Amino acid sequence: MKNLLLTGMAATALIIAGCGGGDSAPKKSTTKTETTKTTATAKKAEIRVVGSSTVYPFSTKVAQEFKNKTGQNVIVESTGSGGGHKLFCEGIGSTTPDMTNSSRRQKKSEFDKCGANGVDDIIEVKIGFDGIVLANTIDAPQMNLTLKQVYQAFAKQVPMSDTDCTMQDNPYKTWADIDASLPATKIEAYGPPPTSGTRDAFVEIAMEGGAKKYACLKELRGKDKGAFKVASHTLREDGHWNDAGENDNAIVQTLGNTPTAIGIFGYSFLDQNADSVKGANVDGIEPTFENIASGDYGIARSLFFYIKKANVAANPGIQEFALEFTAEEASGPGGYLEEIGLVPLPDAERAAYRAAVENLTPYSQ
Amino acid sequence: MSSSPSIHASERALKRLKKRHARERRFKVMGLSAIAIAVMALIWLLYSVIGTGYKAFYTHSFTLDVEMTESVLDPTGARDPDALRKSNYRRIVQNAMYERFPDVTDRKAKKELFDIISTSGAPNHLRQMAYNDPSIIGQSFTITVPTSDDVDQLLKGNIDRDLDESRRKVSDRQIAWVDQLMETGEIKSGFNKGFFVNPDSRDAELAGIATAFLGSLMTLFVTALMAIPVGIGAAIWLDEFAPRNRFVDFIEININNLAAVPSIIFGVLGLAIFINFFGLPRSIPIVGGLVLGLRALPTVIIATRATLMAVPQSIRDGALSIGASHVQAVFHHKLPHAGPGILTGSIIAMAQALGETAPLLMIGMVAFLTEVPNSPTDPATVLPVQIYIWSSNAERAWVEKTSAAIMILLLVLILINGFAIWLRNRLEKRW
Repeated sequence: MKNLLLTGMAATALIIAGCGGGDSAPKKSTTKTETTKTTATAKKAEIRVVGSSTVYPFSTKVAQEFKNKTGQNVIVESTGSGGGHKLFCEGIGSTTPDMTNSSRRQKKSEFDKCGANGVDDIIEVKIGFDGIVLANTIDAPQMNLTLKQVYQAFAKQVPMSDTDCTMQDNPYKTWADIDASLPATKIEAYGPPPTSGTRDAFVEIAMEGGAKKYACLKELRGKDKGAFKVASHTLREDGHWNDAGENDNAIVQTLGNTPTAIGIFGYSFLDQNADSVKGANVDGIEPTFENIASGDYGIARSLFFYIKKANVAANPGIQEFALEFTAEEASGPGGYLEEIGLVPLPDAERAAYRAAVENLTPYSQ
Repeated sequence: MSSSPSIHASERALKRLKKRHARERRFKVMGLSAIAIAVMALIWLLYSVIGTGYKAFYTHSFTLDVEMTESVLDPTGARDPDALRKSNYRRIVQNAMYERFPDVTDRKAKKELFDIISTSGAPNHLRQMAYNDPSIIGQSFTITVPTSDDVDQLLKGNIDRDLDESRRKVSDRQIAWVDQLMETGEIKSGFNKGFFVNPDSRDAELAGIATAFLGSLMTLFVTALMAIPVGIGAAIWLDEFAPRNRFVDFIEININNLAAVPSIIFGVLGLAIFINFFGLPRSIPIVGGLVLGLRALPTVIIATRATLMAVPQSIRDGALSIGASHVQAVFHHKLPHAGPGILTGSIIAMAQALGETAPLLMIGMVAFLTEVPNSPTDPATVLPVQIYIWSSNAERAWVEKTSAAIMILLLVLILINGFAIWLRNRLEKRW
């Protein structure tokens, strides 16, 4: 036992010493170690953030900048939006998370659960947008889709016609079956699994949007929301849609191997992999940063974080962190979050949310 | 009359013999191909991991002259360290870059120029310098900081220069500047020390495995402290002292089943017991170690029982016959003989625990941390979790970081397993 530990520690020491020794150049490689040293003396309470894996990259970037500027430690956990709200709503006090990130708005049921557990005052902050793209490999022909075609391609059941809403099993095997202008290749998509927030957003925006293009389904939506949800939210299970796991990098790689396939993932992965994949135009609009920011590109969702007001009194750093998040140099146009793929809010909207953070104004559902 | 002298040389016998030989050859070929497939899979794995991962061990750095302009950083002249921390060091770095290339005036070109250097790392380097020693405000000096991850990827050949400009992350202008800076030696490649000493970062060029590596060691320490003594004790009791009845049978069956329970279940258990009931904080190695300890417990018990049973009965009987008590017979005679096997089993259980991610998700160790842990009560993460987090990042530079972290994890596993094999060979007794 002792030997095992000693070996482990010796190995660590060796590795660390090895690095030190090998580095002969008079180079101060990075600054992180210095940060640690300087903050060890004045240790403040940590800020705990949980929630969406989509907001995680942005939240961690702000956490890093905030740590550099104030020395205060922020712990960001990637639990998914639903998991985040669950933890956040468990109660108040220092053992519960101070903030939760969400790639969708907090649901009524989650808000009520928060209230039942004494989490009464919640501040809602929208931080920006994230586009969802349908992409294929760079060498394949450019896809031009409408939302209706997206719905026709991926819904489990589609109406017989625009006027007859008797549902039939999805008959489309190739894109050309849907519309003659599309390529005659097999419909094959790799997208996020049901546990993912990206999937929720894709289904709610793209699939619902497409379903509404059927006049009779639109009518159904007015009469029976549940039935409309079933018709629009159920994706096909006959091999034309494949759940590809939470890792968007894996989807990008799959597209390189299957030239006829479509992948569904967040805009930042399209941006980073512009040498291997390209985005499909939706309703004639190309998925570019500008088009998502202006709202022209149809499949975009809002990103949020929520603050627990009760915890701010004990740890004012939470509010400072939220202010850093909503500052112009972070989530504003040209800010450091835009550099890593966040599409900023219009200035007036950002100012309104920043004011809510400054005054700690709770929101209501 | 038969012409053959023996039935073993008859035509039918020879045919049978041939058939038997063929069967033997077939089995050998199958065995060999099974090994070959396994070896090929291993080589493929190592090739793909090492082939991309080795590049993370060197990096490119930029040497730049900066001027800590007082009017930008501290217009009041108060030199208050906390206020200095919030000053605009980005502007200082930007000015230094514009100074280096005075011909660049266009707004977009200026932004591209700034993007050559680590846009988060360079300002923060100055920030920490000023915080530690405010007297450097107003001075001019030279700093060496990482280049941006995209420039680093370009210089490592991971970004194709021949592609159309719109398809790559670095522009033609940036390539020209970088080539010029390489020629003058202002951008240099060197050993990536930061990868070993830095905590995690959102910026690939600054990220390191220190938090995860130390977190793994601390977690494993707690795991060993809990699982090994308890596991060995339970195994001895079950093997030597437990009465033979239904209740004990029931416990034994459950221990065997527990070894096959998916590991995430242990995370849920840990969340309920250690965090919700005992109120321990989330994300700390103590809780992680206890959860992984529960996970390792059945493995340790099963391995210990197997080695105890392999010790010949005569050893114990001999001790008992000369008047040793039951406890003496077990602890003085049986246990020392089983020692090496128990040790090997425990070490293998620890190696398994080192590779776990799923149970740690529930107790908050899948997290972004900006600090290296000092003790098992500081928030930390572990190596497999770091690999999991990095693998889902969008930027290209994370691919090699992920592979390099996998290499470190494999290295630690090989060291642990090698140690177990060495111990076994050294201490093993043959009967």
